[in-house]
Amino acid sequence: MSCWDTIGDYALRSLGIGERLLPRSDFTLCQQFTLIGSGLIWNVYFAVLALAAGFFLATAVAVGKASANPLVRKPSEWFIFVFRGSPLFIQFFFAYFAFLSLKNAAPALDALTSAWLGALIVLFLNTAAYSGEIFYGALMSVPKGDMEAADAYGFSGWKKFRKITWPTMLRLAWPAYTNEAIFLFHSTTLVFFSGFPAWQQRGDALYYANYFADKTFNPFVPYPILAAYFILLTLVIISLFGLANRRLNRHLPQTQRARLTFRPRLIR
Amino acid sequence: MTCSDPDTLSGLSWLLCYLTTGKHLSLYWSVGTVLLLLAITAPVSLAFGFGGAVAARSRLPILSWPGKAYIAIVRGVPDIAFFLFFVIALDQAFEYVRHKVICPDWDQPIRQGSDFVVCQAAKLPLSTAPQWVHEVYGFAIAVLTFAIVFGAFAANVLFGAMRAVPRAQVETAEAYGMTPGQTFRRVVVPQMWIYALPGLSNLWMILVKATPLLFLLGIEDIVFWARELGGPKTPRFTDYPHGDWRMWYFLALLVFYLGLTRVSELALGRLTRRLSRGQATMGGEAQRKGTAPA
Repeated sequence: MSCWDTIGDYALRSLGIGERLLPRSDFTLCQQFTLIGSGLIWNVYFAVLALAAGFFLATAVAVGKASANPLVRKPSEWFIFVFRGSPLFIQFFFAYFAFLSLKNAAPALDALTSAWLGALIVLFLNTAAYSGEIFYGALMSVPKGDMEAADAYGFSGWKKFRKITWPTMLRLAWPAYTNEAIFLFHSTTLVFFSGFPAWQQRGDALYYANYFADKTFNPFVPYPILAAYFILLTLVIISLFGLANRRLNRHLPQTQRARLTFRPRLIR
Repeated sequence: MTCSDPDTLSGLSWLLCYLTTGKHLSLYWSVGTVLLLLAITAPVSLAFGFGGAVAARSRLPILSWPGKAYIAIVRGVPDIAFFLFFVIALDQAFEYVRHKVICPDWDQPIRQGSDFVVCQAAKLPLSTAPQWVHEVYGFAIAVLTFAIVFGAFAANVLFGAMRAVPRAQVETAEAYGMTPGQTFRRVVVPQMWIYALPGLSNLWMILVKATPLLFLLGIEDIVFWARELGGPKTPRFTDYPHGDWRMWYFLALLVFYLGLTRVSELALGRLTRRLSRGQATMGGEAQRKGTAPA
């Protein structure tokens, strides 16, 4: 069987398309590359949707935490505290079992107990809390002069926020937010190890890497493959966020632009 | 009140008896396991990190390349992949070395298809060893795994901190005729901590929040017991039947970790103030003038 056949059989296996049975013996390198790459679809799915949705909630939470009104500020502070103060792993477990009880009470909420929705909600809330804290810090360091200039030009309310405060906040937060995106992408590997079942062996990249390591009892092949995939996609994230960073900083002189550096992992 | 006949109990006394069963005591012990892991891993990974940072800033490429590679690789890949990898890899590495030393005349290959075969005497732990040896060995492998992964993060922080020590301090030391080694020991190392502290505090928080991953390394930790004890129990197998309480057990774990991170935050804040004393930084200057916030 050639490698092209294997790719045809397993490239979309993580979505349930193609060969039903996973390879059981005589594992080839091609199978490991294909299946682990197939699982990567789930990591990308979780990361993209959670980040896209979390971005908006994060902005709201940051503005809420900066608000003078305690009715808005306190919930924002508690939201950030709860999701940043506890391990994501425990959050997954708690959410899964909470959704399970919810399902028993109302069977219509069945979808919450499957990873594609339940885990996505947890990741969404989690990244919203971490990004919210980053955005809050950036919001606090928006230069006073910019605000005064906006006032002088007659900006106020929503328009001032939309045109002046928000873009400056994003510009200041962007390097840290890039790290958060990388970290969230790495965190998506936790999903199938934390309660949420991989239905019909449709799992993410780490799930398949772990499968091969268990079956071959040789961790030195699947995990380096997984690592290569992740380093590659991490570089993709950095370049995409770098483009956004260029756009956010385009009005600044060349020397003042914030450079994006590859420093993932140290923000949590 | 006695717990000998749970059927007659109700309300609070039932709950008290329930929460003090043997298995619950195991749960409380596993909280100790978590704290023990933190207490051992933190200094060990700091040592790994110090070694990595010193190697990375060495002038010899033989030392600086492995140091930099160590820092770079671990940071680009999800940490849980490393946890899953090192648990098997370390185990096999130890057995491989022991096999080579203890059974030199073994003629079969070690990797036979999907099997990893070493001679009986090289097995770790020995199959004749008592249960506690197996548990200690598993825990030691877990600690080593955590230390390797977090050592890389610590190395990155310390590497940056060593470079953040003001150049003038190092130049002054050189002007006084100190050798590079003396400069490093007497000037750089004592001063670098205040620059390393924000990064190390962050790292400690990550480490605290990584402890539930012990579960994936096959240790009977709090996650294991929460799943075990919270699952639905029928009257046939236990004196304390209940429904599916796993949600509440994990809620308790959530609160436990929130407490742990909150306490860490307060303690690290105190440490920052203590280390800022007498430093040529804004924090140190504010303390000197007596304007530092209490």
